[in-house]
Amino acid sequence: MATENKLKTGDGPAVNGFAAAPAQPATLLSVDGLTVAYGDQTVVHDVSFELARGQSLALIGESGSGKTTIARTVLRLLPPEARVRSGRIQFNRQDVLGLGERQFRPLRGRELGFVPQDPSNALNAVRTIGSQALEAAALLPDGDAAARRERVLETFRQVGLTDPDRVWKSYPHQLSGGMLQRVLIGLAVLPRPALIVADEPTSGLDVTIQKRILDLFAELQESLGIGLLFITHDLAVAAERADSLVVLKDGVIQERGPAARVFAAPTSEYARELQADVPAVNPDRYRSAGPGQAQSQPTSGPSQIEVRSLSKTFATGNRTVRAVDDISFSVRRGSTHALVGESGSGKTTAARLLLGLEQPDAGEIMIGDQSVRAHSRGQWRTLRRHLQLVYQNPFTSLDPTWRLERIVREPLDRYHVGGQAERADRVKEVLDAVGLPDSLLRRRPTHLSGGQRQRVAIARALVLRPDVVVLDEPTSALDVTVQAGIIELLFRLQRELGLTYLFVSHDLSLVRQLADTVSVLQGGRVVEDGPVQQIFTRPRHRYTEALLDAIPALPR
Amino acid sequence: MPPSVLLSFVVVLVVILWSLLPALFTSYSAVTANPADKFLGPGAQHWLGTDDLGRDEFARVVYGARSSVGTALVAVAIGLFAGGLIGLLAGFIGGWVDAVLGRLVDTLLAIPGFLLAVVVVTGLGFTTLNAAIATGIASVAIFARLMRAETLKVRHSVFVESSYLQGGSRSSVLFRHVLPNAYRSVVALAVLQLGNAIIVIAALAFLGYGSPPPASDWGLLVAAGQNDATAPWLVYGPAIVIVITVLSINRISRWLRKTS
Repeated sequence: MATENKLKTGDGPAVNGFAAAPAQPATLLSVDGLTVAYGDQTVVHDVSFELARGQSLALIGESGSGKTTIARTVLRLLPPEARVRSGRIQFNRQDVLGLGERQFRPLRGRELGFVPQDPSNALNAVRTIGSQALEAAALLPDGDAAARRERVLETFRQVGLTDPDRVWKSYPHQLSGGMLQRVLIGLAVLPRPALIVADEPTSGLDVTIQKRILDLFAELQESLGIGLLFITHDLAVAAERADSLVVLKDGVIQERGPAARVFAAPTSEYARELQADVPAVNPDRYRSAGPGQAQSQPTSGPSQIEVRSLSKTFATGNRTVRAVDDISFSVRRGSTHALVGESGSGKTTAARLLLGLEQPDAGEIMIGDQSVRAHSRGQWRTLRRHLQLVYQNPFTSLDPTWRLERIVREPLDRYHVGGQAERADRVKEVLDAVGLPDSLLRRRPTHLSGGQRQRVAIARALVLRPDVVVLDEPTSALDVTVQAGIIELLFRLQRELGLTYLFVSHDLSLVRQLADTVSVLQGGRVVEDGPVQQIFTRPRHRYTEALLDAIPALPR
Repeated sequence: MPPSVLLSFVVVLVVILWSLLPALFTSYSAVTANPADKFLGPGAQHWLGTDDLGRDEFARVVYGARSSVGTALVAVAIGLFAGGLIGLLAGFIGGWVDAVLGRLVDTLLAIPGFLLAVVVVTGLGFTTLNAAIATGIASVAIFARLMRAETLKVRHSVFVESSYLQGGSRSSVLFRHVLPNAYRSVVALAVLQLGNAIIVIAALAFLGYGSPPPASDWGLLVAAGQNDATAPWLVYGPAIVIVITVLSINRISRWLRKTS
């Protein structure tokens, strides 16, 4: 136990944090000097931390920081090409890495629960939830099938599934993402494990559902005394939900300690940077003047986009869905309007109608002083020169066979702008504006990072010098610090070029940073709209309140 | 690149060089009879032995490469271009164009390829080139199907929609975005079809649906070799060359499919 003593003394702040708990709890999981490599590449480097019984610990880091590898090592689910170079993992005083597979198997699932990242891939699509739940229930020590079924249904009720019988009979595709994640959490807690490892358990879910799932974890932790190892890229969520934090970068621990302390007063440079980039922490980060100033400017001046009574119905099979139902909003020139809502709220459809990618059933759209109703293909072509889109996912919106220079030049080529030399100049100019060096000109998208790709997509949208840019969740596929860079860029470009943005997002804290006015959408209807400050400080609609509530409350 | 693929490339390169510059590989003539040397077994002088007229069998194989492999290339080119175009248009335009082209392809698929080839050669005349054209027509349907599937996949991708938003016309999107992203697996299929075409053309030549002697198509050589039971090398030599060539081409095709 020498190593354990060494760890505790080395981890002073964490011990102090735990001391606040009623009794000094026993160590549940301890990771000591863990180094994991894929081939020659070390992805986890000398990582040590420990987690007490009934406590929660969050591993935080961006993609490639090694957080998932650590979780997989704890569960012994590493792919065969990965090697544990050194280090020890102790769970309940048992050496996890030293055990044979036969001795470890009873631990995994029974003592160590796992909640995966993507609930839609974790269940077998052609079998009912019930038959898969019975398989998990086979780990339970006693009882016949009927008793086990009863236990499963009880657990389903416990995780907030209101109709467990229906869930039991359903196939995975018949349940929503939030329900599936509840099923998986239920199956993980079913054998009353001592520890649950949750790998980004809410990253694919809508914000209000995310909040409910996180609440559920907190409840279960309290009522069942389960320890939680929680992996996330979201510092705000981690700070709100975990007792202690471990901040990772490139497989190396940057900082660790009690959540409130790390979040409020980060000592390492990287943690400070992460904290500054969390939108919820600095709502006014990008506004040069006070909040009042931000609105007085866009409310004056002519409107650039005017949408009146827009409706669109989709027919799928024998069901019709009113995706957009009588939506109206207007955007002043040079300002940013946000369409906010969860999946299915109609925000993306509204943006696609504006861009002419779908045809509306009713309503009118004005861009500048032109109505876009019943435009021909040729008229759309002229209109789109001033109306551009930045897609959500820069990994699919760039042609993988093209080089960067040609991608950015494409709009100029299609609209026959200037000569070869002028086009080359404008490509250079716009790449400079989005902060990409010339040395990348000959690269293909596959050889660029996510942030670089999104910069390319923004450059492509701006090269024609449009008036209006539609931003469809432009940062949701990116890491937090990369997101901060992109948002900063968008802000600067708006100031310099007088752009009008329509910003589609589900992330309210980001909207607060970026937008001047907001429309909150639910089920295809606008439930509330107005200036950002008003919506955020005095929401009138219950749904808006629920959305605001889902922004992580920060420990002070 | 795995060694087996490298070896396959060497084999194919040698065969291509045979068809382009046969004189570099043998000093013997493929047509001049030399009765004094007839039915000599394989050895240092004559690698694959000699036939009933004393002609060097290896020289006959080398000179036969042009009509055996060259015509196979013609066959694949016909299938690739005609089938690729049909598949591209069907997948990209969709609607009634897709329906009409789809039925055309179904009809082609319903006719056995070998039968079609025999009919075409009988109608157009007994040359290996005609056999190749027939083989090419028979493979149009396979290319069209794959190209259509690949085109459909690319057509609905986000970067294609984004190209329209940047002012792209249908033809610019088709040739600049869809085709470059869709052609890879079709090329892998073309290589696979090349091996297949060599076998079909050899089989046609074996049955007499190719150029008549003194041409030395590989299939014809195998057929001629059967006549003399005392000289089995006249069957084995060309047959082994066919097998090695086709195996090499298949290996390259599988490698291409895996890497693309």
